[in-house]
Amino acid sequence: MRHIIAILIENEAGALSRVVGLFSARAYNIESLTVAPTEDPSLSRITIVAIGTDRIIEQITKQLNKLIDVVKLLDLSEGPHIEREMVLIKVKAATMDQREDIKRLADIFRGHIIDVTTSTYTIELTGSGRKVDSFIEALAEHKILETVRSGVSGIARGDKILHI
Amino acid sequence: MELTGAEIVTRCLQKEGVEYIFGYPGGAVLHIYDALFQQDAVKHILVRHEQAATHAADGYARATGKPGVVLVTSGPGATNAVTGIATAYMDSIPMVVITGQVPSTVIGSDAFQEVDAVGITRPCVKHNFLVKDVNKIAETMKKAFYVATTGRPGPVVVDIPKDITDPAIKVPYSYPDKITMRSYQPTVKGHSGQIKRAVELLLKAKKPMIYSGGGVVLGNASEELRSFVRNLGYPITTTLMGLGSYPASDEQFMGMLGMHGTYEANMAMHACDVLIAIGARFDDRVTGKIAEFCPDAQIIHIDIDPSSISKTITVDIPIVGDVATVLQEMNHILTTGNKQTKKKDIEAWWKIINGWRAKKCMTYDRNNTEVIKPQAAIEIVHEITKGDAYVTSDVGQHQMWAAQYYGFEKPNRWINSGGLGTMGFGLPAAMGVQLAYPDETVVCITGEGSIQMCIQELSTCLQYGLPIKIIALNNRYLGMVRQWQEFFYKERYSHSYMESLPDFVKLAEAYGHVGIRIEDPADLRSGLEKAFAMKDRLVFVDIVTDQMENVYPMIANGKAHNEMHLSPHCELPQSPERELS
Repeated sequence: MRHIIAILIENEAGALSRVVGLFSARAYNIESLTVAPTEDPSLSRITIVAIGTDRIIEQITKQLNKLIDVVKLLDLSEGPHIEREMVLIKVKAATMDQREDIKRLADIFRGHIIDVTTSTYTIELTGSGRKVDSFIEALAEHKILETVRSGVSGIARGDKILHI
Repeated sequence: MELTGAEIVTRCLQKEGVEYIFGYPGGAVLHIYDALFQQDAVKHILVRHEQAATHAADGYARATGKPGVVLVTSGPGATNAVTGIATAYMDSIPMVVITGQVPSTVIGSDAFQEVDAVGITRPCVKHNFLVKDVNKIAETMKKAFYVATTGRPGPVVVDIPKDITDPAIKVPYSYPDKITMRSYQPTVKGHSGQIKRAVELLLKAKKPMIYSGGGVVLGNASEELRSFVRNLGYPITTTLMGLGSYPASDEQFMGMLGMHGTYEANMAMHACDVLIAIGARFDDRVTGKIAEFCPDAQIIHIDIDPSSISKTITVDIPIVGDVATVLQEMNHILTTGNKQTKKKDIEAWWKIINGWRAKKCMTYDRNNTEVIKPQAAIEIVHEITKGDAYVTSDVGQHQMWAAQYYGFEKPNRWINSGGLGTMGFGLPAAMGVQLAYPDETVVCITGEGSIQMCIQELSTCLQYGLPIKIIALNNRYLGMVRQWQEFFYKERYSHSYMESLPDFVKLAEAYGHVGIRIEDPADLRSGLEKAFAMKDRLVFVDIVTDQMENVYPMIANGKAHNEMHLSPHCELPQSPERELS
């Protein structure tokens, strides 16, 4: 199953490599990873999307918790949560037909065209990982020149918070 | 008080009560060596290779329970130390390893003797630090000792760039008495509800089994374990790492379990209905085939490390906590109130167990007068040392025979590389033990293969007058490799034979020690007695043993507990056999 794991980690040099190293050393798969400091500059928040059986996910969370730099961790998939990913896509848009179709698709998916040249469109879109997947699929007839996904970040719904 | 970074390092070691630091100097740690020179409290032991520094510190830690401390230089100093760090990591041994680093101003420029020590050691340490500010040394050292020795212990590396210990820079120094880390708070006390459930399940068992491991030794819980086992009256087996935590001569002790465990211990594991694992981690050498591990048992697991629980074997009642604390609470329940074992409930179980025991799986060809049997050598060492020596070992057949035939009565006496299986461990580990206990008998049981992996330490032993007794079971083969080749590769002995072995007697003498060679079984006892009588000398006893002897019983890789190869000398047909109670 796909799990979104949110981690609060000491914002120190090398902390991220401990997390990444753990995944490679123990042969766990990372689907995506995002990291940035929080409102407290001493802490970073990492969001990892990992795929595995319940048993593997349990080991992943335990092993992550065992890292000395990890302060707190939450498997967002265990409860109601919101996930968002941003994607920037540059597509070939040279003919009128192409330009109209891409504009229409971007509108349907509530994306924005944020850069235009005579031969390309660059689209910005935000949504769940699945929505981003669908958008990329929808663009299948067009020539995608570049795809930049931010990786998933997420937050629990309601009163549940990951904070120290 | 203003001190240089190097002085702060040595002050911190003094504050931590460090007796010995094992190390090897080099460019990046020269400032620290200069500070060490100017004080007496911390004694430095100069090894001949950095791997040995880490093993010696590790041996010291295993024997004393105190953290081992190492100091090595940058680059090759750090990489040579890695094997020893990984060895300590696999067996959860508390250790603080200080590695020098090139000056912080040139880190990343491929400077002379530069390696990314923090990066290289990351997967084999509990934690590591790079100190980038002289004002952070004291706090970092405090954290290093705190992390290394608490929770599930382990090695911690502190990487210190040369400019941070610059003698020209002095800063205010104070050593924190206490440290708290928001990201590290190990659990000590087990969940009381879980403990009660566990005791209730144990008392309902018809075929109970206790399986304990190195966590009992590390957690200093041997006394609690003994009371627990006696309170229950149940059979106990221990892992390789747990030997000595329960007395080998006790009637309830079934011997070691696992790949080279006893017939009775492995059969009982396979047949039990309730299993309690105490400070053990279900290593693959213990479990054999996962799918057939304790097929009928409900499992209780006590461990200080939550990630050890349900890692390979799913357990029914997990208890996260310090084993001593949890066992005290269990003993309290068992000795107060009416919750006790009814002896007759488990009489039938003991009857089955005694049936397995009657097969005497550890029997070997005792009466052979042609060739020395390695098991006999271990048994005689046990007799001469009255079973009270500190025994280190290397890795291979000799290690298993030492584990099987020495019969450890006390914890912290059996010192071997269980998890990583590091050849070359035995001699340097023995140095650490002998330094910790100068008046005790320290034996290094080794093979002619393993001893050559750190043989240079004979020189260190002379420098510090360490009267270790090296017992080399010399079969001219990498015996365990040869055994696997005999069993599983149709006797194709690929590169497991050792030619051109040195004359170990002359070698020992060249290093300034005593060497004895024993070839005739008739001389075995007298030769060993002679060696152990030389109390103040290191004696290298080169024992020429049976080349083709195998370690029995043996569970082949990926087989279940009830599928053992048994010695042709015990009262059972050669297996694999399947026997169920």
